[in-house]
Amino acid sequence: MPEHRHEGAEAPRVAVRKTHKLYIGGAFPRSESGRSYPVASADGEHLANAGMASRKDARDAVAAARKAFPGWAGRTAYNRGQVLYRAAEMMEGRRAQFAAELAAATGAGRPEAEREVSAAIDRWVYYAGWTDKAAQVLGGTNPVSGPYDNRSAPEPTGVVAVLAPQEAPLLGLVSVLAPVVAMGNTAVLAASERAPLPAVALAEVLATSDLPGGVANILTGRTAELAPPLAAHADVNALDLAGAGELAAELEEAAAETLKRVLRPDPAVEWEADPGLSRIRPFLETKTVWHPVGT
Amino acid sequence: MPQTAIAAEQAPSNRALREFLHGLPGVDEVGARERAAGLATRSVKTTAKAAALDLAVRMVDLTTLEGADTPGKVRALAAKARRPDPDDPEAPSAAAVCVYSDLVAVAAEAVRGSGVGVASVATAFPSGRAPLEAKLADTRRAVADGATEIDMVIDRGAFLAGDYRKVHEEITAVREACGGAHLKVILETGELSTLDNVRRASWLAMGAGADFIKTSTGKVAPAATPPVVLVMLEAVRDNLAATGRAVGVKPAGGIRTAKEAIRNLVMVQEVAGPRWLDPALFRIGASSLLNDLLMQRAKLRTGAYAGPDYFTID
Repeated sequence: MPEHRHEGAEAPRVAVRKTHKLYIGGAFPRSESGRSYPVASADGEHLANAGMASRKDARDAVAAARKAFPGWAGRTAYNRGQVLYRAAEMMEGRRAQFAAELAAATGAGRPEAEREVSAAIDRWVYYAGWTDKAAQVLGGTNPVSGPYDNRSAPEPTGVVAVLAPQEAPLLGLVSVLAPVVAMGNTAVLAASERAPLPAVALAEVLATSDLPGGVANILTGRTAELAPPLAAHADVNALDLAGAGELAAELEEAAAETLKRVLRPDPAVEWEADPGLSRIRPFLETKTVWHPVGT
Repeated sequence: MPQTAIAAEQAPSNRALREFLHGLPGVDEVGARERAAGLATRSVKTTAKAAALDLAVRMVDLTTLEGADTPGKVRALAAKARRPDPDDPEAPSAAAVCVYSDLVAVAAEAVRGSGVGVASVATAFPSGRAPLEAKLADTRRAVADGATEIDMVIDRGAFLAGDYRKVHEEITAVREACGGAHLKVILETGELSTLDNVRRASWLAMGAGADFIKTSTGKVAPAATPPVVLVMLEAVRDNLAATGRAVGVKPAGGIRTAKEAIRNLVMVQEVAGPRWLDPALFRIGASSLLNDLLMQRAKLRTGAYAGPDYFTID
């Protein structure tokens, strides 16, 4: 017979255990495979379950990104900047959650985690500023010998597959995602395999920050499972190998089959440093127009 | 299952047709939807998928029915039907190209010797609103120009008004004007409102001599929805049992992905039977579907997901 509780004694609350999902096309589907995997903190404590995306989820994400591309690339640069700034605002409102997740994932102290969250938020603002300025820096009027007005302007490459860095699960993540979407590309991002929870929280931020569905798609799971189909996918235009690790060479080879733009990983990367245009330029194509000048 | 069917030869009275068609068992709409949805959950993988994709390519009636069609576009479409994937010599040809009647001559010239058929929509497609003489002239001209298949539309106005004899007479008249060409009868199920009407129109068309019954013109939504295809497949199956004649089915409109095409093939197998898994008895009217089938074939062949940049824009 169950023990009789005293009047007013509080029943123990049932814990809300989280099994996170993926972020594809602005929605939060479960993996098509139905799989998930446990995510542990730096000191081995269970934090939550994350969705374990399959290659079919990667395919669906590419389809969503392709569908979103014309609309997003067609937005004015100013408008894209506003949307990115909105992402910074939404992250600022949830900084406590981000700091806690980051501290758990990396084992960093709270002040250090707070600093990284601030840096990640500032990175959105940084790239929000670049949206309507990169074209002036990377494009311009070309002096040609002839009666032509000759101009070059950068245009987004298309669908970019991004392997987020395995370390620096928040600042590294924002540092690879923001420059891709800032210029009008759409992204399919595979989150850090060991520490995917900041990416899950970022997906929740993006879903509420006016970023059209499909512009950023976030998959959690095994990088070694998701990266090869993305690298070989004929409807992916560029590949950021930041988190590829030892797979990088093999993935670059697969990407060559369809002539993708590839950004190789930089082993000496400092995510805190000012990135400049280093992550914007690789995912742009230059369009040059010759226009006859009347006499 | 009806024990008798409408005799094709004599012209039955409106009353006889009405008695027969309204004597058909009613369609359980919820049941049809559930059955179609249940069959759509079948998983078709690896070698079965490869076979299904090839079969689906062979069943495609590659279609262009736009006001803006030009001889050049029809020739490009014919080239695509003959050799859908220039990268892969193993890729089978499509069943036919489907064009408006004035472009039949161009299409016939472009597919000559390839085994690809030329289907022509005729009889005042897509509305079917024209005098019978005009419809017959349209049909004869298309056949004379080299059409091997005629896709006619029924007079939905007459059907819905209960004038079954008029519909029956028109189909028989067009059947005669077709000569040796195959006759596909478009029911335009999107305008027939109920599945009961779809069943009746199917039997009416089969009784009047249709070689194929086709769901839609592609100009009206909804078009080839799974429950509609299911009811039509039941009709051809029952018609075979009642009369010994196998009539084909052609869903058209709205089938854009390989997945939807394979779901249709599953329905064909499960409802009508394996005999219908043949381009002679099942066709899919489509344009963008073919590229998706080719992309899925390429995926199976190369292991990498294919992209639309590597296939023609039709």
